[in-house]
Amino acid sequence: MKIGVLLKQVPASDARIKIADPSTGIDTADIKWEINPYDEYALEAALQLKDAKQASSVVVLTVGGADADQRIRDALARGADAAVRLDDPAFEGSDCLGIARILAAAAKAEGVELLLAGKQAIDGDNAQVPGMVAELLGWGNISVVDKLEFADGTVKAWRASGGGARDVVEASLPLVITCDKGLNEPRYASLKGIMMAKRKKIAVKGAADLGLDPSTVGAAAALVVEDNWSLPPERPAGRILEGDDATRVKELVRLLRDEAKVI
Amino acid sequence: MGNGILVVAEHEGGTIKKTAYELLTKAGELAASIGGKVSALLIGADDPGDLGAYGAGTVYTVTGDAFTHYTTTATVAALQAAIEAADPAVVLAPASPQAKDAFPRLAARLGAGLGTEVTGLEARDGRVVARRPQYAGKAFTDVHIKGDLALFTVRPNSFAVGEATGGSAEVVALSVDVGEPKVKVVDTEAPSGDTVDLTEADRIVSGGRAVKSKENFDKYIRPLAASIGATVGASRAAVDAGYAPHSEQVGQTGKVVNPSLYIAVGISGAIQHLAGMRTSKIIVAINKDPEAPIFQHSTYGIVGDLFDICPLLTEEFQALG
Repeated sequence: MKIGVLLKQVPASDARIKIADPSTGIDTADIKWEINPYDEYALEAALQLKDAKQASSVVVLTVGGADADQRIRDALARGADAAVRLDDPAFEGSDCLGIARILAAAAKAEGVELLLAGKQAIDGDNAQVPGMVAELLGWGNISVVDKLEFADGTVKAWRASGGGARDVVEASLPLVITCDKGLNEPRYASLKGIMMAKRKKIAVKGAADLGLDPSTVGAAAALVVEDNWSLPPERPAGRILEGDDATRVKELVRLLRDEAKVI
Repeated sequence: MGNGILVVAEHEGGTIKKTAYELLTKAGELAASIGGKVSALLIGADDPGDLGAYGAGTVYTVTGDAFTHYTTTATVAALQAAIEAADPAVVLAPASPQAKDAFPRLAARLGAGLGTEVTGLEARDGRVVARRPQYAGKAFTDVHIKGDLALFTVRPNSFAVGEATGGSAEVVALSVDVGEPKVKVVDTEAPSGDTVDLTEADRIVSGGRAVKSKENFDKYIRPLAASIGATVGASRAAVDAGYAPHSEQVGQTGKVVNPSLYIAVGISGAIQHLAGMRTSKIIVAINKDPEAPIFQHSTYGIVGDLFDICPLLTEEFQALG
């Protein structure tokens, strides 16, 4: 079984976001990029299946420019066998469905049977692409998984169903699974891994390589358009309560009840 | 091209959830501008309750063995059937784990645009435009959907519930051929507590690193939350230190929450935590460090020792009865 891992680079979770232009998006000048944290759980799950000899190889699939290569190299250093970066001027401005079409075509071309992805990317927070890829491929999908067992081509997974409850589900390959925190502890790259990753090649593929009709992706095909970027409204400065503990606690309860009316 | 708005009304064992009323209220406002009727979809239940009173002219119901427990296959099929029947311009669903799972598949199947986790909706030039957070709320954008059908999942607590002034709804039972689900539910695990999910909670009490241990978390944070029926949350630092499970983490790499009241106990206010809770209506911070960034974002702050403040506050809350 060959596993594909959908990997995206995102601004680090501690990044301060500034708006470059309200019509186009954020200022990326000072942004430190990292692998989307949820994709790290997906990658780790794939590598563990390979370590357990249940997967033959792990290929990383990323839509993006050469600036993503450093993150892809990190994934290769941790143990992924190969990587395909999907890059074509025709892909520019794709919405989630466009991205999903690119990744579905790549998954097919790579012959993977299991796709693992993060439950969402912490930039757009859309949580759309993996489910769309599954639909386009006609595969089953399991979302927001924090426990996974795999035996004889059957997957058993624990997925969040709200309020801390979980559904235990079973399915056969091929499948798309999205991963949540708690699934595993992502490994770091070893020195040997880093050395070996230098010899691994990142394949770059475009629409023609994937047999993808360029009119189905990119800005012209996008159904979802985002604009009017802004920072969240600043909250007015809060009130620090004065007095001894008992006084302040009583005053807080009074404010919550009479002023804020939330209790 | 369709018109009107279809609302996905979620329920818990037949009891309709608050999100359904929030969405129907907003749908009524939007439909007044963009035209068309408001309808609702109930999956796995056939009692429309008071959905009509909150503005649903028609309630589509889908019942049967395939719908007693959520599966992606069945829900997407039900949504598809309801959209065919209602022919809406806009579909609104709560951003619940189920809708978040089903809607991307639905969007890809129908070739429709989808905006997820939106927090604002307005009618502009006869179309519905959404507002949604990006980067866990560090930025916001408008979302425009091209084409004949716009799909949105809406974060709970984004809209107020209006008055129940409407009539009764016409109930239309849809028959949906599901086929064999690709993913089968073999078991369910109940949540550890009996409180609502963080993402839907109206009140949250969260503990941070300063709580210092799992024992303290159970001794100070959980009783405080219980005293006002709040859901328990935790900062990443508290989760990473093992004081609370991952499912309780609030922040950019945890749950993004939107309650009326958020009480942050012993949480300094790291940027990734703030991103997950900054849209809370009222924020209370309890922290020993007067310089903690959380105080710049809180409505009310107490600079003090959480181990002294929490028991007092729990007692006062309990006294409210």
